[in-house]
Amino acid sequence: MKTILSRPVYGTLSPQAGKSHLLIADAEGASAILDLAKKAPEDFFANAHIMFIPGRTGDSFQNALKALKPAQYYEGPSVAAALPRLTWVLANAHMGLRMYLAGTEGLIGQMMQAALEAGIDPASIQTEHRGSWARRMQCVHCKGITENVTTQPATCSHCGLLLLVRDHYSKRHAAFQGVCINAEDPTEIPQKEEIFR
Amino acid sequence: MGINFRKETFRDDFTFRNSPENIRRFPFPYHEDAYMYSVNIEPHVPGPKNSVFEHLIDVDEHYVSEMQDRAMVLAEDPLRCQSLPHMTLAGWDLLELLMTEMAKGYPEHFTLTRDGDRWRWINRPLGIDDTFTFGDVSTLPYGPMEYITRQSQGDFAILDQRDGNLWMDAGMVTTQADWSLDFDIGMNFFEWHAPVPLAHEMGVFTRALKFLTNIQQGQPARRLNWTMTINPRLDTSPENFHKWGSDRLTVTPENVGQKVHLRVELQTFFRLPRSNALVFPIRCYLLKMDELVTVPKWARRFHRVLRDLPVELAEYKGLTRYRQTTVEWLSKYDDGAPTSPGFSPE
Repeated sequence: MKTILSRPVYGTLSPQAGKSHLLIADAEGASAILDLAKKAPEDFFANAHIMFIPGRTGDSFQNALKALKPAQYYEGPSVAAALPRLTWVLANAHMGLRMYLAGTEGLIGQMMQAALEAGIDPASIQTEHRGSWARRMQCVHCKGITENVTTQPATCSHCGLLLLVRDHYSKRHAAFQGVCINAEDPTEIPQKEEIFR
Repeated sequence: MGINFRKETFRDDFTFRNSPENIRRFPFPYHEDAYMYSVNIEPHVPGPKNSVFEHLIDVDEHYVSEMQDRAMVLAEDPLRCQSLPHMTLAGWDLLELLMTEMAKGYPEHFTLTRDGDRWRWINRPLGIDDTFTFGDVSTLPYGPMEYITRQSQGDFAILDQRDGNLWMDAGMVTTQADWSLDFDIGMNFFEWHAPVPLAHEMGVFTRALKFLTNIQQGQPARRLNWTMTINPRLDTSPENFHKWGSDRLTVTPENVGQKVHLRVELQTFFRLPRSNALVFPIRCYLLKMDELVTVPKWARRFHRVLRDLPVELAEYKGLTRYRQTTVEWLSKYDDGAPTSPGFSPE
């Protein structure tokens, strides 16, 4: 995949030595946790907290995740709903916490943002992309965030401008940049194509 | 003899223009009849009289009107000026640098008096006379970076240096060539340059970073960059692109001379003493095509540069819509004669 230097590079989750483990995933990201579990030492999940946002995968992963017998298991409807819990967990975390983020770029980016704000060392966070390549986009004009963008161009859900979804990515906003695609000639309306799947 | 500050606008009726003397001091950016990326950094040492390099910080006839335009941009969008919490000390460093250099270069317009930490700053063109305590934020009407950059031409990026990289952690950006401080703040050198085509593969940024992280206090450096702008608009921000983008469709063979501008950025780099940050002033100079062709060498050379520019660069710089019209207009001023090497008008 062609990428640019402002965009994060994702790896593959693997169990790390640590006192406790916080694993966060959305949708197909759950399968990255299940793959990690195959390589994990026996007592790994006794000190683990799994936070899962099923999204488009519905009921497919819950039983398998629960079968890992994590010390804590949480399921939430959205990243926004999960963030207060994450903030609480991080505020009360001790040295030796390891974090594992898996799923869409939007999930990884926002959870990473919360972790860095809480002062977690980036070296103790692993990431793995799984599932949809839908993008979280910030409109450079009105600054509104549009979630789950799958088309190029895409309409800003706030100001309604038709935006080119750039590859330029801000970790601080956990978003790609959207810039008006027909600013030069607003009568040109390029066809939307479904490309971020 | 002081500078005769022009009263002019960079929006709406666009009354900006250069006096004949100011045209001669324009920092023409091509030393030969072609352009390609290069690191092209050189020591920022004081240059010839009546050039933009005469003083380390240049003030020209557009000063007062540019500061009024900046105030309008900030009133509309305060996010054009941001500073992450650890950058306040660097803001004081910048305030010291700019006040010191402006007072030294233009004593008839600016005066700085220091009595220990008690400083008095007089800015006559803008009618400012403030006394404050250096290092005490509560004694200024804005943070130190915002205070002084509301009184200094050009954009400013302050870069924190750590982990062998530079981080865009503070800035005042109201005259930018199409980049967003609000989006890029907090990024490292490679990240904020990520969208630039071709240059990464050429290793330009790796070499530039190595050079910049080694800049020492008292040894500033500079380079020129360029693009083009339709109408003398300072605020060509991505934030407002949907408002100014359509200007690019308004160029006709009849109005090239007045509408099309060469936009040159004088980028300088100073190491700051207390914070060890780097400040990166990005000063924008605009020149109308009608003004450019008053210098025959520049007219010939710019015609050749624009005509032969690689497509990717023209696209990235946003020139595609009006490049051909402008090249044809400029061709009338290119008799094919050879041009002398170097930037100078002759």
